[in-house]
Amino acid sequence: MSDKGQYILQTQGLTKEFKGFTAVDDVNLNVKRHQIHALIGPNGAGKTTVFNLLTKFLQPTRGKITFNGRDITSAKSAEIARMGVIRSFQISAVFPHMTARENVRVALQRELGTSFHFWRSVKTLNALNARAEELLTSVGLERFADVVVADMSYGRKRALEIATTLAMEPELMLLDEPTQGMGREDVELITQLIRKVSAGRTILMVEHNLGVVSTLCDTITVLQRGAILTEGDYATVSADPRVKEAYMGKAA
Amino acid sequence: MNSKIGYLIAIALLLTAPLVIYPVFLMKLLCFALFASAFNLILGYGGLLSFGHAAFFGGAAYVTGHALKVWGLPTELGILTGTAAAGILGLLIGMIAIRRQGIYFAMITLAMAQMVYFLFISAPFTGGENGLQGVPRGTALGIVDLQNDMNMYYFVLVIFGLAYFLISRTVNSPFGQVLSAIRDNEARATSLGYDVDKYKLLAFVLSSTLAGLAGSTKTVVFQLASLTDAHWHMSGEVVLMTLLGGLGTIVGPSVGAGIIIALQNYLASGPLAAWVPVVLGLIFVACVLAFRRGVVGELREFLKKSF
Repeated sequence: MSDKGQYILQTQGLTKEFKGFTAVDDVNLNVKRHQIHALIGPNGAGKTTVFNLLTKFLQPTRGKITFNGRDITSAKSAEIARMGVIRSFQISAVFPHMTARENVRVALQRELGTSFHFWRSVKTLNALNARAEELLTSVGLERFADVVVADMSYGRKRALEIATTLAMEPELMLLDEPTQGMGREDVELITQLIRKVSAGRTILMVEHNLGVVSTLCDTITVLQRGAILTEGDYATVSADPRVKEAYMGKAA
Repeated sequence: MNSKIGYLIAIALLLTAPLVIYPVFLMKLLCFALFASAFNLILGYGGLLSFGHAAFFGGAAYVTGHALKVWGLPTELGILTGTAAAGILGLLIGMIAIRRQGIYFAMITLAMAQMVYFLFISAPFTGGENGLQGVPRGTALGIVDLQNDMNMYYFVLVIFGLAYFLISRTVNSPFGQVLSAIRDNEARATSLGYDVDKYKLLAFVLSSTLAGLAGSTKTVVFQLASLTDAHWHMSGEVVLMTLLGGLGTIVGPSVGAGIIIALQNYLASGPLAAWVPVVLGLIFVACVLAFRRGVVGELREFLKKSF
């Protein structure tokens, strides 16, 4: 691990311009290995755009992205996923018409190398069931393996999403507002879950809930109007008057 | 278990049907049931509305007609040639269309299919407005005379059975799992490392190949390949059949095809002959407004609620 350096993910001068509007402006992000790193900022600061650039759902206008020292600026989304960078989305990213077990299995089945085999029975995937159920258990969904996901609660969908992401054995997880739209109980549940799965992994997350950020995250980067405002641990960042101003508006 | 009993009953009915019902009508029904099932693979399971499937149906019909009539190939080989041609055409059209979604995908497939149609109008080997007539049915395996309608029926039934099995297997395969994941949430499937375009392309090629098999078989049954097969009306009709029967259900498209073909046939000989398109149009409207899951989809939902 150490030969890959201290940083798992770095961006240099990352910029995204839409017609006449700079959504992400010269962002230099350094994500340390085995940390939970938060990306916060007011609405429209460009947090999700940064995620989309990192996973190549959007093409950066300028700048460079390196993962484990390797330039991935021109790699495709699916390629980046196969390298071990797995993202989640703001709305729960599940496959609603499949069961919870099938959801996790879809992430596992690529390693069998039979994903193009249309002549093979789906039963050949049963070999993965034990591993899928293990993952479901790790997020507390063992009783829901056979439930069609559309019928599950929002909190459970988000937990399932994490189980599916874990199935990919990601080195770096990108979580886009994992607690958005949740009640307090679910927030607590997901926070614990994130802490649990962060062992041996790196997590970069966009989060609005500062309570979650303060308990979970080692490093916090504050974005404002597409550019980095400040960076540091929670105590440093929350004491910064510019951060307060960005969130609350100018003090009178 | 229940579906096993259902399939056994269906097989028994299909085996005995020609004793009661005119076999040519049954063969037409099977060809269109296969066409709609193949179409359902890309619309129902791939989530892509192709508006150009007539190109594969009609294209295969012409190639098989030409192979049997001019080249004098054996029947099976003629059908395979037409089917393969549809698969290659599907690969070409698919490579262009698959990157687009929704209405753009439908428009590109329609435009490509119209190109194919115009090609068939102009090309000398299609016989223009007259079509390819008098295509010989030949024999099955060199022994069974297919000129006999009963023999021909069982030949078509075997083709239908094999293709139907392949379609239901495809849906219930590792590939089918990825396909339904892509249909449910394409961005998530990408973020799990799947190159979604490749999977969609394979689904499209399978769908067009099997649509071609339906067209080739139809040519042998009616000994005719005509412009009707490749016209965009045909693309629309197969959408109607699939929606009416039940999108994304395995048997739905066959049921839908059965209803449409039966209506066309029986209405055409009755007092409503001139009104067939209107009747079909009304059914379509009723289907879209009132029972969107289609006949089989609604039935399944009803059974789920009642038991």
